[in-house]
Order: sequence, then structure tokens, then C-alpha cells
Amino acid sequence: MSTASRKRQLGRPVSIVSAGMSRFGAFPDKDSRDLFVESFQDMLDNLDQGIDVRDIECAYVGNYSSDLFEHQGHAAPIIADWLGLTPMPVTRIENACASSGSALREGIMAIASGLYNIVLVGGMEKMTSLPTEGVTDVLATAADGLYEVPAGLTFPGIFGAIATAHMDRYDTNLDQLLKVGIKNHKNGALNPKAQFNVTIQGLMERRMARAQERGQPVPEYATEIDFLNDPGANPWVAWPLRLYDCAPITDGAACVLLVASEIAKNFSDKPIELAGTGQASGRPLHDADELTSLSATKAAAGAAYEMAGVTADDIQVAEVHDCFTIAEIIATEDLGFFAPGEGGRAVDEGRTALHGDKPINTSGGLKAKGHPVGASGVAQVAEIFHQLRGEAAGRQVNKPDLELGLTHNLGGTGGTCVVNILRRSS
Amino acid sequence: MAEENRAFTAASFNTYLTKEKKLVGVRCRACGTLSPEPRPMCHSCHGRDMEWYEFSGKGKLSTFTCIYIVPAHMMEKGYGRDNPYCTGIVTLEEGPRLSARIVGVDAANPKDIKTGTEVILELAEVDSESPTPTFRPT
Repeated sequence: MSTASRKRQLGRPVSIVSAGMSRFGAFPDKDSRDLFVESFQDMLDNLDQGIDVRDIECAYVGNYSSDLFEHQGHAAPIIADWLGLTPMPVTRIENACASSGSALREGIMAIASGLYNIVLVGGMEKMTSLPTEGVTDVLATAADGLYEVPAGLTFPGIFGAIATAHMDRYDTNLDQLLKVGIKNHKNGALNPKAQFNVTIQGLMERRMARAQERGQPVPEYATEIDFLNDPGANPWVAWPLRLYDCAPITDGAACVLLVASEIAKNFSDKPIELAGTGQASGRPLHDADELTSLSATKAAAGAAYEMAGVTADDIQVAEVHDCFTIAEIIATEDLGFFAPGEGGRAVDEGRTALHGDKPINTSGGLKAKGHPVGASGVAQVAEIFHQLRGEAAGRQVNKPDLELGLTHNLGGTGGTCVVNILRRSS
Repeated sequence: MAEENRAFTAASFNTYLTKEKKLVGVRCRACGTLSPEPRPMCHSCHGRDMEWYEFSGKGKLSTFTCIYIVPAHMMEKGYGRDNPYCTGIVTLEEGPRLSARIVGVDAANPKDIKTGTEVILELAEVDSESPTPTFRPT
């Protein structure tokens, strides 16, 4: 048997004892370090029994491109300094939009190895410092710069090509893509930290009110779908994806505190165990096995399910990487929640809605909560942490036996995938 | 092309494309795997004995997108929100796929562009500054 297929286990169990997030949005006056401090303070406020912060032994910070967004390399020691925690070792992890998912795995392994007992893992990105075209260029550096980017492919473009293939092969349609966004905005409206803390209906009404104020003709939208089909309100980005199929450009940070499970109760009344973790790499879309599926998701999920000893059907709530609406649909298929080609219909049928049988992206997802790329993986974990502890307020999943949640964090167009499975400790 | 001994690099690939007007990738002499990208090692069997391999330039459009929010290098060429361009993935008749620009289609009307369309390498459109394989419908 190849070592690649060996069943992997952590050297000892690891738990999350607290999670924090900055507000997500556009903050012209804040740098990524300010946002990280904000998430750290929120994490400390959420820690049931407190901690002497000097007891934190090590940190990993996910960040995609402070170099290009802020002209700041070597960002990790700046975080140690701004948290007042030097000489604690801190390392920046870059894996595109899976940077903090990957950072989390480093933190898990640092504890599982026995080297540390208490590790901080976070992620941060300051993106609104550049105009949209500049952000498009920075995100495109996550694709293959020699064999994808020269063809004019962009990050939305590659997912647009996946959407074209999915619509071609299955009966997935444009309305199903839009419905992913409508659902995620509905959840985001219930999340006070979300960048778009508003429904699509709310955005539609704002547009109508603004036209009225300006004395312009008021568009007549009967439904949210009508509004989203108006090219003035929802312009094309990369066919068949429009503005509201894309996660926004966001500033934000998130962090979690990991500890060896044997000491978790010293910090938290309700620690959440990291039951399974998996990471995988994948090839550019043109070299992928299929154009409608990401092999890295399947491999990472397989490893995480095996470590946790659970199947896709056991997962009760999940945060998946909806950088684009099509990305959520294929993630729910690749994770095994729905059969290939059935992800679009599952959205139609409300199965992935907050009170559906498989609630997906209760936080609002990357689409509505916002997508500060280096922070998204840990922000997903923060949402599942709160869901499993029953403290997600207005967006709490209403399942009395809520015990197992999953996060799915994608880097680039499937070059990296990290899947984590969280379990409420009994 | 067995006698060809230039290095398996992007620079060589681009020279073939722009100067010699050929789409040339590699073939693994051990297992026969083809790759349009000039890999120095076979990604299938890890063989080290690679040779240059000229593709016919014929293939089918497997998927595509039309891009309205364009990157800087395409904006410089005049593309943008009012002038989108088409790009996609072509499956070559020899089997492998590659990312490629698609010309000779109306990128402003993507509903009229069909996957499965037979395409052929369009060397006249290859840009010497940022070379990329470019195809048009036959």
C-alpha cells in the first residue's frame, strides 16, 4: 500500500477553545494588523474562562498577499509585535484563499506533535487598497502564471469556465447560480459582522429607492431574480457569472485558539474538537480530470472523513468555499453532500438553506459575509465553532443534536483544498 | 522531433509558438504521456527522458468564459466591460487539454458560443509579448 493512502491520525487530540472575527467590509483607514488585533480581542472576549495571553506559545497567520495589497512582506512578526507577544514564534502561511485553512493545519500539527499546548491561528487580508482591476490581477497570481494567465483567464474566468461546463453537462441553470447568492445573503443579513449584512431583496429595494430619490425611472422588479437579471444592477464579470455570483473584495481578519484537548476545559466550558483534517493539491483546470469537479476537494474531504470516522451524510452544518456561486454548487457535490450534477437542484429545493436538511454557509458564506482571502478559512471555522456551541443567535441551525460540522477552504481554483471536521465534545 | 535538444522550459515553448509558429509540447519516452506544457519530468510516471512533440493544432472547445472584468494585460489591448474577450479550454485531438484564447467568436454574445465546437490553432493571433496558444473555430 502506498504511503499516500495510509490512514492518518493526530499524535494527540486538538480542540478549539475560542474564535474571533473582525468586522468584515471595506475599511479605508485600517491595515491588516489592525484587523488582526480586532479579531484577537474578539477571540479573547469569547473565551469562557480567559487566558494569560503570554501563555500562547506559537502562532500561524494565513495571508495571501500583503506583499501586493499593502506592500508589506514578512507580516508575521508584525502580528506578534502588535499582539504584544514577541518573542513568540509566528509564521505566515500562503496558500492563496486557503492560506488560513492551511495555517490551521500547521497549528493542529504543532499541538498534535507535542511541541506546543496552546497555539493561536489566524488569517488576515487587506484588499480594498487596490481598485477592482488591481485586485483581479493579484488574485490571478494564484493561477498558473505561465499556462493559464496569459490566455486571459482570471479567477472569476476559471470559475466561469467551470460553470459553463457544469451547465453543459448537467441541467444546472443561471437561476440556480443566482439562488446560491440569494440564500447566502439571507444568512448574511443575520450576521452582524458580515460585509453584506443585507438580503438581495434589501439591495433591490435600496436600488429602487435611490432611483426614486434621484428622480430617475424606478426599475420594476417583481422578484429578487428579476433584479439579478437586470444587467444594470448585476453586470457580467465572466460569463456565466455576474457581479452577484462573486464574493466581494473585503478587508478582515479572524482567529481561533487551539489547545491540546487534555487541557481544553481549563479555558472553555464547551470546547470543540478537531475531529478530522485533510489537505490536498490539484492541477490547473485544463489538466484536471474533470471540468465540473475539483479533485483536491474530494481528496481533502476523503482524508478528513476518514480521520474523523464519519461520512458526508453525518455532517449537519457546513461552511463551504463559495468564492463564486458555482463554487458552492460543485463543493457540495465534491464533498459528497449531493450526487454530481445535483448541487443546483439542492439549492432550488431549499435543502442548503438555514433550516434545510443540509445548511450550507450559515454565516452568509464568502458571498455575503465577505472574502478577505487569507482570513476566510479560519472565519469558516469560527462560524462552525459558534454553531456547534449553539451561540449563532439569529442564524443558529435549529437541530437539537447538532454535533458535527465541516469547513471547506479552497485555494485558487482548486490548487489547494483544506477540509476540517469539527465535533462538539460530549 | 527526437533530435531537438533545447531545454524543456517556458522560454522554449514560447519560442516555438511565436518564432517557429508551432504548438510544441513534450512526450515522455517511457510511458508516452503527452503534455502541451514543456515539463522537464513526466508528471505521470516521473520519467526523465522527455522529447519535444509537435501537436497538430486541431481540437475541440471543451469549455469557455467571456471576460468583462479584465486584467491589466488585457486592458492594455483594449478589452474591458464594453469589449469582452473569450478564453477557454481546448481539448487537442491528441488528447491533452490546454488553456487558450478563443478568437473568431462573438464574446459579447456568449450564448451563441457552443462547447464542442471544432477549433484550430490561429498563429496569426499569437502575441509575441505574452504568447498564449490561440484558437478559432474551423
